Amino acid sequence: MWGCVRLSRVITLGLALAVAGAGAMAEPARVVSINLCTDQLAMLLAAPGQLVSVSDLAADPVSSAMADEARSYPVNHARAEEVYLLHPDLVLAGRYTARATVDMLRRTGIEVVEFAPANSLSDTRDRIAQMAALLGREAEGAALIARFDADLAALQAASGDAPRAALYHPNGYTLGAGTLANDILRAGGFANVAAELGHHGGGTLPLEALVMAAPDLLISAETLPGASRSEEVLVHPALEDLRASHAALRIASPDWICGTPHLLGAVEGLVAVRQTLDGAGR
Amino acid sequence: MTRLALLLCLAVLALFTASLAVGPAGIGVGEGLAALVAGGDGPVPLVMREIRLPRALLGVMIGASLGLAGAALQGYLRNPLAEPGLIGVSGAAALGAVLALQTGLAATLALGLPLAALAGAGTGVLLILMLAGPRGGSITLILAGIAISALAAALTSLVLNLSPNPYAASEIVFWMMGSLADRSMTHVWLALPFMVAGWVALATLGRGLDALTLGEDAAEAMGVRLRRLRLTLVLGTAAVVGAATAVAGAIGFVGLVVPHLLRPLVGAQPSRLLWASALGGAAMVLAADLAVRLVLPERDLKLGVLTAIVGAPLFLHLIYKTRAEMP
Amino acid sequence: MTLLSVDHLSVMLRGRAILRDVSFRVAEGDCIGLIGPNGAGKTTLMRAALGLLPATGTSSLAALPPDMRARAAAWMPQARQIAWPVTVERLVMLGRTPHLRGIQGPKPADHAHVEAALATMGLHHLRHRTAMRLSGGEQAMVLIARALAQDTPLLMADEPIAGLDPANQIATMRVFARLAGEGRAVIASIHDLGLAARHCTRLILLGEGGIVADGPPAEVLTPDHLARIFRVTAHYAQTAQGPVFQPLEVIE
Repeated sequence: MWGCVRLSRVITLGLALAVAGAGAMAEPARVVSINLCTDQLAMLLAAPGQLVSVSDLAADPVSSAMADEARSYPVNHARAEEVYLLHPDLVLAGRYTARATVDMLRRTGIEVVEFAPANSLSDTRDRIAQMAALLGREAEGAALIARFDADLAALQAASGDAPRAALYHPNGYTLGAGTLANDILRAGGFANVAAELGHHGGGTLPLEALVMAAPDLLISAETLPGASRSEEVLVHPALEDLRASHAALRIASPDWICGTPHLLGAVEGLVAVRQTLDGAGR
Repeated sequence: MTRLALLLCLAVLALFTASLAVGPAGIGVGEGLAALVAGGDGPVPLVMREIRLPRALLGVMIGASLGLAGAALQGYLRNPLAEPGLIGVSGAAALGAVLALQTGLAATLALGLPLAALAGAGTGVLLILMLAGPRGGSITLILAGIAISALAAALTSLVLNLSPNPYAASEIVFWMMGSLADRSMTHVWLALPFMVAGWVALATLGRGLDALTLGEDAAEAMGVRLRRLRLTLVLGTAAVVGAATAVAGAIGFVGLVVPHLLRPLVGAQPSRLLWASALGGAAMVLAADLAVRLVLPERDLKLGVLTAIVGAPLFLHLIYKTRAEMP
Repeated sequence: MTLLSVDHLSVMLRGRAILRDVSFRVAEGDCIGLIGPNGAGKTTLMRAALGLLPATGTSSLAALPPDMRARAAAWMPQARQIAWPVTVERLVMLGRTPHLRGIQGPKPADHAHVEAALATMGLHHLRHRTAMRLSGGEQAMVLIARALAQDTPLLMADEPIAGLDPANQIATMRVFARLAGEGRAVIASIHDLGLAARHCTRLILLGEGGIVADGPPAEVLTPDHLARIFRVTAHYAQTAQGPVFQPLEVIE
């Protein structure tokens, strides 16, 4: 639980769609989102005035790809009491949002819809469609998906042997097969070293294993303000050696966390690196 | 006596080699050692020299430091329960280290981190000596230790919780339990000068600690300069525990278990216990760090978890044994 | 030759004067019994003379640097502290501490002194036993041996024979007398006035914040001193077997 805050944010964000049967009802008028990823989907799709509040994470540029947009909404801190006082008729949560909060809201008679995390590009399309249906904004949802697909197609990376990339985050956290990051890497024209080493989902990649795998591209999160031992491993001399002999990329997390069209920003960055690598005549 | 020294040296050497040989990368022992010595390009020398070597070196350095500090504190306080971790010295050092990191001192001043940890550890030792000096009984020592540990732990948690860095709060466990995972040669060079200075300081205490067996008055009358001895003890302990904690967190119980096990083998003489505990401490930390990697390689198990599992029952046993003589 | 000279020594502890203006000299051959009722300042006087307590006035020992003082006088404190389970032999060797140089271990001469001290106190049979686990009396004998091993011209001991059986008490007093006879000096605080009268060459009586009397036993153990300082009556006689002293009644 302590292990990777960014991961937990990722998870919080991503997870949600089970109660989609609400389509039969009239579209909700007061929607409150308490999860970073539902925040962003809702901001992309909601009608003016429909979304009443987003979570504080949505306004935090460290984790949110839509921090600027979020600033025009009142923020909540995903606590049952404050959410209740907003008188929502629909609350959007992630599947891993604090159980107690969700249960408490349900006991007060508020409808809470939990979104599952998007673990792939196709999950992303599903989440957009699910959000659009919940908000009664099917047309806007279809348009957003179409634009997403078109932009993705335009970014298709060069063919040929995909260079190998490794995600290496604080505490040696990596993302293997079956993750959104894995799909983003592939869309950007890279093979995922962690998946190659048999990692499924998120987990710890020993520094030794990473060095031995010698990835063509090392992708690490940018250092956050304040000091932490978790991030110290990102400047370990062994990694610096790797960076000196191979390509390296420091990324900001927001584009990589949630299944929204903003992930195309991450893909775009990768495509650019791939072009440089190809240009360098690998 | 020399046989014990030889045995301990062999144990440290064997565990050091094992520490170099064990790792998730699956490098053959011969290949790894060859790459370590010969160097060269490629990932194997990199893994051996930049990842495994610093880990093994720190195991030896930190173990020796904690064993030595434990033996010295016990000799001075004439109490087998004195241990840097238990009496709050390591905790105070961790607080110093965390403050240096979170205030940016560690980033602006090259030696800021170990110096701050040293200051923290020194404060901890001074408090303990003030509250439970050689005339204080076991109970005073333990109670003072609990209070200092609790305060240091609370302040460490507070500082980490207030950090703008989202990871910082998750690192409370590291500072309380210690770990050698992912340390580098940078950390070795950061800690080594302080540790060497501390080792030299503590090693000079042997004769004075022996004399203290008979009490302060008798020792002083035998020419032991108690003030100087006390100052050397405080500075030496602060230097080694501070440096160890700054790079690896607070690892408890090493300074308790090792002197206790070795005391009968050195005829209970405090001066001989010093070097024996240094070697024994190195062996114990190397062994614990090996166990961490072999038992649950995927979990980043903290070193202090293992040392506490071994040490805490022994601590209880010692309390039970000394119960009768407690004031 | 004078082994210790104390001049105008005064000691204040927590604002209370324990000793005022005490002066005396200790010469080779003196076997001094330091006597006085509880709280008279016997321990304080010896510790202050050694420089272990802050005091005004002068003491030749307190003026020495610690290592030289340790070779001039051995001190056996009243509290019989043995912190670790070391053997008797090793504990006695601690007495050689002031004579060890640098990081070197004990030399043959040091071992010889330890052997001599063990022999003097009749402790050979206990040499490999753990000192901590001996009886209180045995521990006292070991600690005396430790002080003897220090091999100093002057030995100062705080109630060295308290808790010993009669044979060991007499034997210990004889050891002290013999040391004095060899040209050393001994100062021992002592409550058993009978033993003090028989074995000491000189008694120093402490009371009323200073030295009340200092001289041969017969001149110190006068009925007047006994009544004024100890509040007892006593029988004191010179017999064919030497002086005999026996306290009789408390003076109300």
